[in-house]
Amino acid sequence: MTLTMFTLNAFYGLALAMNMFIIASGLNLIFGVLRVINFAHGMFYMFGAYIVFTVTKSWGAPFFVGVLASALALGVIALVIERLLLKHLYGREHLMQLLFTFAIVLLMSDAAKMIWGTDQYSVGYPPGLGGAVSLGFVVLPQYQLFLCIVGPLIAVALWFVVDRTRWGRVVRAATQDREMLAALGVNVPMVYAAVFTAGSALAGIGGALAAPRVALVPGMDATIINECFIIVIIGGLGNLWGSFLGALAFGFVVQFGTVWAPNWQDVLPYVLMLVVLIIRPWGLLGRPEVG
Amino acid sequence: MPQSRYLIASAIVILLLALLPLSGSRYAIDLTTEVLIYALFALSLNVLIGFTGNISFGHAAYFAIGGYGCAILLTTYNWPLAASLPAAVVLAGLVAAVVGYFCVRLTQIYFAMLTLAFAMLVWGVAFKWKEVTGGDDGFTGIKMPELLTSPVAYFYFTLAMVTVGVAALWVICHSAFGLTLVAVRENSVRAGFIGIDTRRMRWAAFTVAGAFGGLAGALFGMYHRGMYIENAFWTESANVLIMVLLGGIYSFIGPIIGAAVLHLLQTFTNQYTPYWPTVLGLILLVIVMVLPDGLIGLVSRVRARWGRA
Amino acid sequence: MTSMLSIQGLWKSFEGFVATRDVSFELAAGETHAVIGPNGAGKTTFFNLITGHLRPTKGSVAFEGRDLVGLPPQKIVRLGLARSFQRINIYPRLSVFENVQVALIAHEGQQWNLFRPGRSLYREGTAELLDLVGLTREAEETAGELSYGKQKQLELAIALAAKPRLLLLDEPTAGMSPQETAETIASVRDIVKARGLTLLFTEHDMSVVFGIAERISVLHHGEIIASGAPDAVRNDPEVKRVYLGDGSHG
Repeated sequence: MTLTMFTLNAFYGLALAMNMFIIASGLNLIFGVLRVINFAHGMFYMFGAYIVFTVTKSWGAPFFVGVLASALALGVIALVIERLLLKHLYGREHLMQLLFTFAIVLLMSDAAKMIWGTDQYSVGYPPGLGGAVSLGFVVLPQYQLFLCIVGPLIAVALWFVVDRTRWGRVVRAATQDREMLAALGVNVPMVYAAVFTAGSALAGIGGALAAPRVALVPGMDATIINECFIIVIIGGLGNLWGSFLGALAFGFVVQFGTVWAPNWQDVLPYVLMLVVLIIRPWGLLGRPEVG
Repeated sequence: MPQSRYLIASAIVILLLALLPLSGSRYAIDLTTEVLIYALFALSLNVLIGFTGNISFGHAAYFAIGGYGCAILLTTYNWPLAASLPAAVVLAGLVAAVVGYFCVRLTQIYFAMLTLAFAMLVWGVAFKWKEVTGGDDGFTGIKMPELLTSPVAYFYFTLAMVTVGVAALWVICHSAFGLTLVAVRENSVRAGFIGIDTRRMRWAAFTVAGAFGGLAGALFGMYHRGMYIENAFWTESANVLIMVLLGGIYSFIGPIIGAAVLHLLQTFTNQYTPYWPTVLGLILLVIVMVLPDGLIGLVSRVRARWGRA
Repeated sequence: MTSMLSIQGLWKSFEGFVATRDVSFELAAGETHAVIGPNGAGKTTFFNLITGHLRPTKGSVAFEGRDLVGLPPQKIVRLGLARSFQRINIYPRLSVFENVQVALIAHEGQQWNLFRPGRSLYREGTAELLDLVGLTREAEETAGELSYGKQKQLELAIALAAKPRLLLLDEPTAGMSPQETAETIASVRDIVKARGLTLLFTEHDMSVVFGIAERISVLHHGEIIASGAPDAVRNDPEVKRVYLGDGSHG
């Protein structure tokens, strides 16, 4: 492989990783605080992508208005789901929460079919990001470059909010000890609702940003949720930087897998995950469960 | 003695099923064959969920391994059925043993995630290993023994195999091993302090569940004359999990009832509307919100109330 | 006297907090020994270290000359060392009978028997143990629905099912009425005597402690500050100051 090809592949891997990180970080945030594995996260991602399609194609609005609309729409959908139903399931068995989110997947998949049908759609690159940048020995597409900037920005923003603000301290404390927080007068249900909303909005943003890169088809949710699980598990459930690392590993494995083992690139991430889990059962940066 | 009552009731059910072909309805025979297969599949999963307290979200993997295994041995290697079927069951059990070895190191949600991940690996292999599995075209044209090509013959074959499978699972679940599994589910710390290696018990349960899931898968593949990658997909794992929960995890027959109800419901719904996912989603919401102990739990609650009144 | 349980320089710390501090301890075969101390003194941690529930930071625990450190609970139980728990630790959805039956199945190594019906095994032994702790009438009840005191009795029966030579009881009468306490203690004493068991227990009720213990050790902040015959411990000035004197227990 020439240096040019290597750089190009590494770059595409990085862009894929950053897009995946944006989606997976939402799933991870929700798991970290609510201890709920949200199977509907992939569906939220798919809705994000479809909404961008509708907003840009049918309404003629600019791409980034579409991204914003996706984030808002998914935030609202998630908030309604949380306030109406999910909040009654905290403290129940994991199995019930898992199945609840699966019920959401089923209902939303039919809703998507009713709204958008089963045709395949595509979304163009936003104006100004459809070109390429030359570095001399290699030419890099602008949109992927843009993803490589947005991903780390979101990572740092999440880190800042969770690690450096009062609100974040409350969120982190909520992962440790719910009762204690309630006793201290923190409105725990509010924290939970906010986290579920924010995490789901990230899925919407991730889906919207993925729209120019991928084909919009029914079933795109099922693939992505698995890939998010891989990333979050590799990194360690609930750990932000773990997910970042997991996304990087995923992106590179998939991209270089496409080059070196073209028939097997879809299987390689699972192999990667298994290798990680055999060596570190709780993921790269995860901690052994307690109790 | 309730045990003999169970035996008599089961004998009557099997007898009634055996008389079904007299109805002459191809539709009824096909539907019942499918229900029988799903009942065994759901029951095998409940060894893990109900008896051991471990949620597997990847049980479709063993179903698929059994199905593909049997299909490939019959067709590609021309093995006789008497060898292919047991080999497929052993293969599913072996893979479950390997996967289980890693999964039982974790518990609860982590365990569930890992089972899902392994199952997706199996799906990925079925998808990509085209030369062997047929990839996303599926593995079709399974060579069946002459004897079993008619629907009625295959129905009897399925009935016999499922009866054997269910009986075996009944014995296992009610054995000293099964009772110990329940102790592990109820309180794994305490189980450790009476001298139980809880991890090894869970491992064994995982393997048993996988092997019987493999049997169900083999029967399924032969029934459809083909295996498809959807059979290994995580939605299939979710489906069987819903069957188990719908019936109720704390009774032996719960999953059988759940499988029958869900499969019949799906078949009838599909005749009227393409929106089965919506119906299933609503059923799930009902289970999760108001029926956590399933239909069996509902029945016993209703009975308790009537009994008191 | 031979030492049944020998503990040397045992430490346990949790992220900076020292729960067990340089504990050395000898327990003679046949002895009935109480470990007392105020709440938070580290009694339960001490038991958890002995029984493999926790791994010591350093130090050694030997049972009949065999090193226990690093062994999982299930191996330790099989060496002949069983315990009960301070907090109820039973199988709530199983019947009282099954709770004990499973323990016997485990003790006899039948947990791998996939064919013999579990509920038909060791019925006599189970009935005997239930009789011993006075739960015969409750045998078919669901364990989780028993009264607190009776669940404690069930704990005891489960521990005895392992046929231990050394029995560790963590607060066997906690939460019991005075009458239940008296009955429990009487039955524990009888069982220990009849089976020739060595007994190590923690207890907050001083009448129980001084009623049956032959020797007493006092834990305070994870350290053993006194150990000896009941009278000697009762009159130990250090014990009086930190324990009996601080009025937290009667």
